Amino acid sequence: MAAAGYAANLAGPAVVPRSEPYVEAPVRAFAIATVFWGVAGFLVGVLIASQLAWPLLNLDLEWTTFGRLRPVHTSAVIFAFGGNALICTSLYVVQRTCRARLFGGDQMGWFLFWGYQFFIVAAALGYVFGVTQGKEYAEPEWFVDLWLTVVWVHYLVAFGGTILKREEPHIYVANWFYLAFIVTVAMLHIVNNLALPVTLGHAKSYGLASGVQDAMIQWWYGHNAVGFFLTAGFLGMMYYFIPKQADRPVYSYRLSIVHFWSLIFLYIWAGPHHLHYTALPDWAQTLGMVFSVMLWMPSWGGMINGLMTLSGAWDKLRTDPGLRFSVTAVGFYGMSTFEGPVMSIKAVNGLSHYTDWTIGHVHSGAMGWVGFITFGALYWLFPKLWNKRALYSQKLVSWHFWIATMGIVLYITAMWVSGILQGLMWRAYDELGFLQYAFIESVAAMHPYYVIRMMGGVLYLTGALIMVFNLWMTVTRTEAADALPVPAQGGAAPIPAPAE
Amino acid sequence: MRWFNHGTIERNLILMGVLTLITVSIGGLAQIVPLFTVESTIERVEGVRPYTPLELSGRDIYVREGCYLCHSQMVRPFRDELERYGHYSLAAESMYDHPFQWGSKRTGPDLARVGGRYSDDWQAAHLRSPRAVVPESVMPPYAFLDRPLNYTDIAERLRAQAAVGVPYTPEMIAHARADLEAQARPEADPTGFAGRYARARQGAFDGDAGVVTEMDALVAYLQMLGTLVRFSDVTPEQLRQQ
Repeated sequence: MAAAGYAANLAGPAVVPRSEPYVEAPVRAFAIATVFWGVAGFLVGVLIASQLAWPLLNLDLEWTTFGRLRPVHTSAVIFAFGGNALICTSLYVVQRTCRARLFGGDQMGWFLFWGYQFFIVAAALGYVFGVTQGKEYAEPEWFVDLWLTVVWVHYLVAFGGTILKREEPHIYVANWFYLAFIVTVAMLHIVNNLALPVTLGHAKSYGLASGVQDAMIQWWYGHNAVGFFLTAGFLGMMYYFIPKQADRPVYSYRLSIVHFWSLIFLYIWAGPHHLHYTALPDWAQTLGMVFSVMLWMPSWGGMINGLMTLSGAWDKLRTDPGLRFSVTAVGFYGMSTFEGPVMSIKAVNGLSHYTDWTIGHVHSGAMGWVGFITFGALYWLFPKLWNKRALYSQKLVSWHFWIATMGIVLYITAMWVSGILQGLMWRAYDELGFLQYAFIESVAAMHPYYVIRMMGGVLYLTGALIMVFNLWMTVTRTEAADALPVPAQGGAAPIPAPAE
Repeated sequence: MRWFNHGTIERNLILMGVLTLITVSIGGLAQIVPLFTVESTIERVEGVRPYTPLELSGRDIYVREGCYLCHSQMVRPFRDELERYGHYSLAAESMYDHPFQWGSKRTGPDLARVGGRYSDDWQAAHLRSPRAVVPESVMPPYAFLDRPLNYTDIAERLRAQAAVGVPYTPEMIAHARADLEAQARPEADPTGFAGRYARARQGAFDGDAGVVTEMDALVAYLQMLGTLVRFSDVTPEQLRQQ
């Protein structure tokens, strides 16, 4: 019974009678913002990667030092590129899989859009001017955090409200993941950012927790920003767009259920693997390690569910480079979620922690999984959102794919070598029993790998610029369709094709 | 499984939301709450005190500049780290750190015990132009820290720290401004200041006893890192966690 409802949900009836069209214009705006912030984030990434190879590029200015620009890069790619992609696709998906118009309508959509962009700009300007809480991936100060909380509550209301209005009996699996992402990120954001401003008119605040407790809360937050922002949310994307692109139902309903509940239960425990061999008590470190290793299973369950959805449709990989992005993304997801548990084992972590290996690991997930699944979704969404029959050029999608893949390969191999080299140099002893290397020798040894990493980043950015051109041409090529969103009102709004 | 049908959950948004929230709460509660309740989480060592007003200002600059993105402050219990950096870091040593600055990356070396390893002059010169002192360094230059420190709000900063649990006394807050200036001026009378902050050192940290600069504050902070606990006096029993 449940399985039948599930299948019906995915395929959808041929004709959908609706009194009002879906909210589209803010979703288009989110799609444009995703592309814009993606390019901006990759560009800052290339800049700070170059600064590590050639420190002159810090430019002797306080606003352009690595220390101030690094949060600009991480926030731009995670919260601006990733966040806009998640809100864009979730609003698109929830309306279609529920056959209901967005709760709150266009006004809600536009509030979410401008509210979220304001959060991004306020946070980034803060970093450049030195306004930061000094906690990784949670750098925005208290007033920016409060604003994000307001926007996020509206997001939850809009998303949940749409599900409550649904005409489908079942909530589609993509929406479980989107919902878990929205709810959990709210919890993480609020708890990790509990802080007291110096005075109400002061930008600076001090967090309520200190030292070891603050460290645990921060990495409970930090690892689950990965787990729920960069994983659960993007799995929601996978569960909608891959079946759509492949024109096949999700491989296994049962696996979806097991995947969902085990993933969200286990992920939340994994934070302490960021604190191995620190002053965090051993019992917490051990828990973090054990749960991180267990996390391998649901992660690969999700990967299998995504890949096997292509059963009988693998030939589409030859003809649809957009699908190639989505499927390769799932491949990178599988690779990163194997590498992660390995690195969480204390014996391995003793070598890998504090080194570039961690940076490489994050980027195989961020560029390979998050980036590629988003590119795949964008190539699918743009023609739909702008009512075009097809993309401007499939060939350019193919170019984007191969250039970006080369970029990732250069990036992560350079970081594997540099990270393991660093770790080994720090613990190397000479034959007389003295430390073999001064720390600065390990810094000097990194230079060639930092150059290769930067070149990988340039390739990835180049691919994204090709995408910008392709999407721009897709939108503007014919007739009078505008690149910028036009508020969708009444019958003028594009009605999605029956296959929706 | 007749007793369980997932369809019930996936037809009910509220049920699904609540079950999700419960599922994702368990791990966090299990790992975070005991750190506040188990007393032995913080080792029972002597010597850790709140930062002096000048050191706190320096620490706030350290946070502002994102130093934690390249430098850890957490020495691990490995032989090579003992030799390179010193005794492994204790939870007690960062118990007054809002926020903690343990870091996650060593593009540069660990700084948990950098205090006293180099002279004030070396620290200031290195911050102004890292490659003038260490040619292979990739650290950004921080010459702009040679500007006056704005410490008009130092009492408010101490008061906020006290509100989140750092044992600053009303007396410390009342003397915050004077203590800050006293530490940055070697010729100032140390009596009151030294009584409030044990083992705090006065100095012209940036090489100039005149205006109190951001450089003074940051160097004062770096020079006290890891110096508060005297490990010669510590017994293994005091270090035991759990």
